Amino acid sequence: MRSLLFALVSAAVLAVVAPASAKDKLTIYTYESFTADWGPGPVVKKNFEAECGCEVDFVSVADGVALLNRLKLEGGSTKADLVLGLDTNLTAEAKATGLFAPHGPVSNVDVPGGWSDDTFVPYDYGYFAVVYDTESLKEPPKSLKDLVEGDPNQKIVIEDPRTSTPGLGLVLWMKSVYGDKAAEAWSKLKGRVLTVTPGWSEAYGLFTKGEAPMVLSYTTSPAYHMIEDKTDRYQAASFAEGHYLQIEVAGMTRHGAENPLAQEFLAFMTGPGFQDAVPETQWMYPAGKMDKPLDPVFDRLVEPAKTLIFSSDDVAANRKAWVDEWLGVMSK
Amino acid sequence: MTRPGAPADIRIFAGLAALAFIAVLVCGALAGLAVEGAGDLSGALSAFDPYLLRVARFTLWQAALSTLLSVLPALFLARALSRHPVFPGRGFILQLFAVPLALPAIVVALGVLALLGRAGFMADALGKLAGGTWPGIYGLSGILVAHVFFNLPLAARLFLEALQTVPSDQWRLASQLGMGARAGFRLIEWPALRQALPGVAGLVFMLCVTSFTIVLTLGGGPAASTLEVAIYQALRFDFDPARAVALTLLQIGLTVLVVSVLAWLGANTSGDANLQVAPPRRYLAAGGAETAINAGLIVLALAFVAGPMVAIVAAGLQADLGRLAGEAAVQRAAATSIVLAFVSAFISALLSLALVAARRALSSRRRGGRKRLFEHAVETGAGFVLVVPPIVIGAGWFLVLRHFGDLFAVAPAMVAAVNAVMAMPFAVRAVRPAYDAASERHDLLCAQLGVSGWNRFTLIDWPVLRRPLATAFAFAMALSLGDLGVIALFGSDSVQTLPYLLLARMGSYRTQDAAGLALLLGLVCLALVLAADRLGRERRT
Repeated sequence: MRSLLFALVSAAVLAVVAPASAKDKLTIYTYESFTADWGPGPVVKKNFEAECGCEVDFVSVADGVALLNRLKLEGGSTKADLVLGLDTNLTAEAKATGLFAPHGPVSNVDVPGGWSDDTFVPYDYGYFAVVYDTESLKEPPKSLKDLVEGDPNQKIVIEDPRTSTPGLGLVLWMKSVYGDKAAEAWSKLKGRVLTVTPGWSEAYGLFTKGEAPMVLSYTTSPAYHMIEDKTDRYQAASFAEGHYLQIEVAGMTRHGAENPLAQEFLAFMTGPGFQDAVPETQWMYPAGKMDKPLDPVFDRLVEPAKTLIFSSDDVAANRKAWVDEWLGVMSK
Repeated sequence: MTRPGAPADIRIFAGLAALAFIAVLVCGALAGLAVEGAGDLSGALSAFDPYLLRVARFTLWQAALSTLLSVLPALFLARALSRHPVFPGRGFILQLFAVPLALPAIVVALGVLALLGRAGFMADALGKLAGGTWPGIYGLSGILVAHVFFNLPLAARLFLEALQTVPSDQWRLASQLGMGARAGFRLIEWPALRQALPGVAGLVFMLCVTSFTIVLTLGGGPAASTLEVAIYQALRFDFDPARAVALTLLQIGLTVLVVSVLAWLGANTSGDANLQVAPPRRYLAAGGAETAINAGLIVLALAFVAGPMVAIVAAGLQADLGRLAGEAAVQRAAATSIVLAFVSAFISALLSLALVAARRALSSRRRGGRKRLFEHAVETGAGFVLVVPPIVIGAGWFLVLRHFGDLFAVAPAMVAAVNAVMAMPFAVRAVRPAYDAASERHDLLCAQLGVSGWNRFTLIDWPVLRRPLATAFAFAMALSLGDLGVIALFGSDSVQTLPYLLLARMGSYRTQDAAGLALLLGLVCLALVLAADRLGRERRT
């Protein structure tokens, strides 16, 4: 009798455990361009799966902000073990959801200004910059001040901070340079702004169609054109005041804290298996250790004289007020 | 709902079912958001500031102007097209007119700018006219041009649908009485157009109210902004469901107000109750001068619509189309797009048929007197789904469904359902004139002969409704094909459509791929519209 009971119990235990042990699975929520055929996703998946003997399942949404929203919408019932693709302007808010768990030890993290967050781990970074068309603009602005006070006939396309990450980036950039005088600076810049698009794609589309000689993008944008399109036509302008930094991060959810693969992936993320794929798929700088050297084109990019960044908490506390200030000036 | 003694009418039940489907979809989403947001109402209250007032004013203003500029020329264009039922290329022009609906707004914006922008094809000529460098069309003018591009063809097709319900007997009579073009317009065409006018104008107005990418991209700055942007912002960066619901209700309220005024302006004329005896033939030949004017009108409209399309095609041809078409991701997306568009167009056609039939049944049962709430609901109420932003429906259902299992599994069903409901108002406008006219003519006869139910539908209604239903189907398909609102929230690796892929390419420097995909999307749309047209064509006897 006892042996029968034992057999039943062990069968039940096996039935529960067996599916999990068949092949362990790691579910990562990220954004679309990460998992696209040309993105780092496919390489990263292959490399990590070879290392862990597990299965990586990417679930992608449109962009970083949509990613956080997706998580908020799903709440505690989320299937995500890891969320990859938030930036530092969103991390305070992401933490406030209470859905994230602190990460364990990770090494190799290398971002300007250092890193000491207990929840999120960076995987790449880049600087916002004004990218210009060398064929239509011979003398690009040399500083944010130049941009603000320059010839209003030389137009720039910017993004809306209410709907896009680079748009918010420019508001923060102006704030970090002009402080209390940001509203004044915006009202001067306003005449130079051709239009304010809902997202980066629209702005960059207008720019490459020749509608404006300048667009708000990244210092690394020219690398894409130099490597993929083999052209030096589009370049970033170096600004004397420095450039605003954007760091992209990943974090483990509370759900994922129970899956040992999540922590394993975070450690893997800052190593060569992940980082080697970053520069020429993400078109950003690697935030960890690479095995192969950066393409020499990256040496030709603008190196910011100074790195500007607000803490995640500052952004969370002031974002609404600063965006409203922008809106007040720009909608007059 | 039915008077005692009146036989239960299956059409009313069908309408009730359709209405319930739509109501559940919209109210379920709003309820989901409201419950989530009920804890914190501060955002909803603080949303109503002076800036919002300006945004609301601008939203209505640009929508009213866009409607006027789309609908007025469309009246004359539809008339010109109906007066010349046979000329080479006519069919193609009509099919081309469905394509703008399937194109993502940014593609259209770039197409318009390729002609009229600062670096556009016409920039030099326009610059000389303006004296100096051409400043582009940023601002209200740009918004209007793009909106007219989207809506003029749509309105013209719907008006044409209304004109085609005019029985040939009237034309024969007109020709016997020796009516000229002007009298023919006043006595025959205008009554038919006037009946369709409030509905079509309302539809265009709603489309322009919810415009988002066009308004921001071509508007020149946040002074040109719509309520839709505020709703999007509330759900995106701020994630404030209460504010999103409050703003959505405001948007619905304002639109209901304007559309009610429009409905007032339109007359409720009833169709011709006589059975058609004359064969479908045109009796009123257009004179020489008139033909020239009509030809001019059609050429002008075609140039306006085809201009940006040519630019889109030209940009698309520069892409590596062979490689694109061979990519597995593109093929998958195209298949997904076609299946989703087909399913939602089918549901959409069913919904609209049910609503149109129920409206007709109710209004003929009423025999004068005041309309009941239910009749208002099937007549215009359901159409207001258009001003409920897809992101609101998507987010609301997300919140509701997360308690019931796998969200990813229901994503395709959700996309199809929302697209079907969003396309329903278009389908209704296409089907209603023909349905009402047919019903007016056949109801009594069918009652006398005792033909009803399925027999009536297949024998009496189907032959007349075939073509307008095909038009409805084509529009619904085009609209679902171009959807980016619902898919943006529910899209994932498993559900990627062509527009979704297009935006993804555009978002990663691959502008040429994006242009190629836009061309592909336009071609797929054209092919589907062509197929729908074929299916709907009346057999010639």
